[in-house]
Amino acid sequence: MTFRVDVIVKEAPQFAAGLGNTIWLCGVSMALSLMLGALFLVPLTSQKPNVRRVAQAAVDAGRCIPFLLLTYLVYFGLPSAGVVLDKWTAALATLVLYNTAYMAEILRAGWASLPAGQTQAARAFGYSGFLLLRRIILPQLVIALGPVIGNQLIQLIKDSAFLSVITLPELTFAANEVQSYYFVPFESFLVATLLYWALCAGIEWLVRRTERWASRMRRGHA
Amino acid sequence: MPDSKAVPAVELRGVGKRFGDHEALSKIDLRVMPGETVCVLGPSGSGKSTLLRCINWLEPPDWGAVFLSGVRIGVVSGPEGKRPMNDRELAAVRTRIGMVFQHFNLWPHMTALGNVIESPIHVQRRPRAEVVEEADHLLEKVGLADKRDVYPAFLSGGQIQRVAIARALAMRPDLLLFDEPTSALDPELVGEVLSVMKDLAHDGMTMIVVTHEMHFAREAASRVLFLDKGRVVEEATAEEFFERPATGRSRQFLERYNR
Repeated sequence: MTFRVDVIVKEAPQFAAGLGNTIWLCGVSMALSLMLGALFLVPLTSQKPNVRRVAQAAVDAGRCIPFLLLTYLVYFGLPSAGVVLDKWTAALATLVLYNTAYMAEILRAGWASLPAGQTQAARAFGYSGFLLLRRIILPQLVIALGPVIGNQLIQLIKDSAFLSVITLPELTFAANEVQSYYFVPFESFLVATLLYWALCAGIEWLVRRTERWASRMRRGHA
Repeated sequence: MPDSKAVPAVELRGVGKRFGDHEALSKIDLRVMPGETVCVLGPSGSGKSTLLRCINWLEPPDWGAVFLSGVRIGVVSGPEGKRPMNDRELAAVRTRIGMVFQHFNLWPHMTALGNVIESPIHVQRRPRAEVVEEADHLLEKVGLADKRDVYPAFLSGGQIQRVAIARALAMRPDLLLFDEPTSALDPELVGEVLSVMKDLAHDGMTMIVVTHEMHFAREAASRVLFLDKGRVVEEATAEEFFERPATGRSRQFLERYNR
């Protein structure tokens, strides 16, 4: 068997485009999910038990739907209900919907683990609203949750491969196109795998840098 | 004796607070003149901490009024009548009242210096260079100049509490509240914190100190307020209170500490 490097080189632009689409789709939906998840904190931490229960049920349900099924539902199912989305909008909506449930839960748990006294001290020192969030709460959440959020991003990137079923030209779709045109499944899928791996390794590297920065504030580091 | 015509740094008139069915504080009257150190004593659950929290509105009182340098706080009277202060107005009041907590509550993602300069820069919006210079002075004053770039996790409890005092002073407050500042400390670390507080009292800082440290109260307090079950049982000078307690309840309380 010969390894068709020539095909890979020739089709490099298609792989690059697929990788690019995977990156921006996951990046944008991660940012949106973080914001929506933060908004979801309001009902999730509400003083009213009923509001809290409904919000928690919605988040739990969101986390239980398989990504592939959610993709089918949004792209093929919603048109029956009169909502027709083009594949890009459907892809983004699916990613955001799916990921927001996770982000909300991650942020809620992180918020709950922050000692109440620090927030209270901040209020006593004149902090409130957005300033309190920006200066006191969010930095501590990022430090505490950096690795968890990084992990979730990796999960999201891998799940996004399912978007190839709605012919969205992301990395897995590109690999499939190349292999079926040239009959080179091994070469094509191997390249896609390596690209996914490199992407995730990059995220891991970023997470480790955040961790190193955070560890300067914790006891017990070398 | 403080001048009776002067405006009190803080004045409470009939302040009360209820938690559900439990009346945590009832009808507290208190005047603290500028430069005074008032120690609030009493058994646990007597409402001491609630009293402090009512002063800076961390717990809005259910009754009564609080005045800071003669101006009512927590409530704004306008042409349309009275309304509670909003977050921004409360924040402005709170920057004039420093607070030191039992459990320190330093912000763990900032160094000692970072904790001290944080609120003057971001809440009071004072120029950074000026704030840093003042913060370095304050850290020196509490004996921690060499720890300015250290994160709280690497400081001892006593050092943390001294940073917390510097943090409160950096706001240039009119009044400092101490909520059992040494109760969470190992016994051998209590002294270093109390000595900083004694210096402050000596320098004429206006302070209200909730404490179980009777020696400190005896030495540093201008006056003592003895609370039990949410009421003021006795208010006296430190000397009177410790030498000639006027009520059976305060005698009983002191005996337990002197035993």
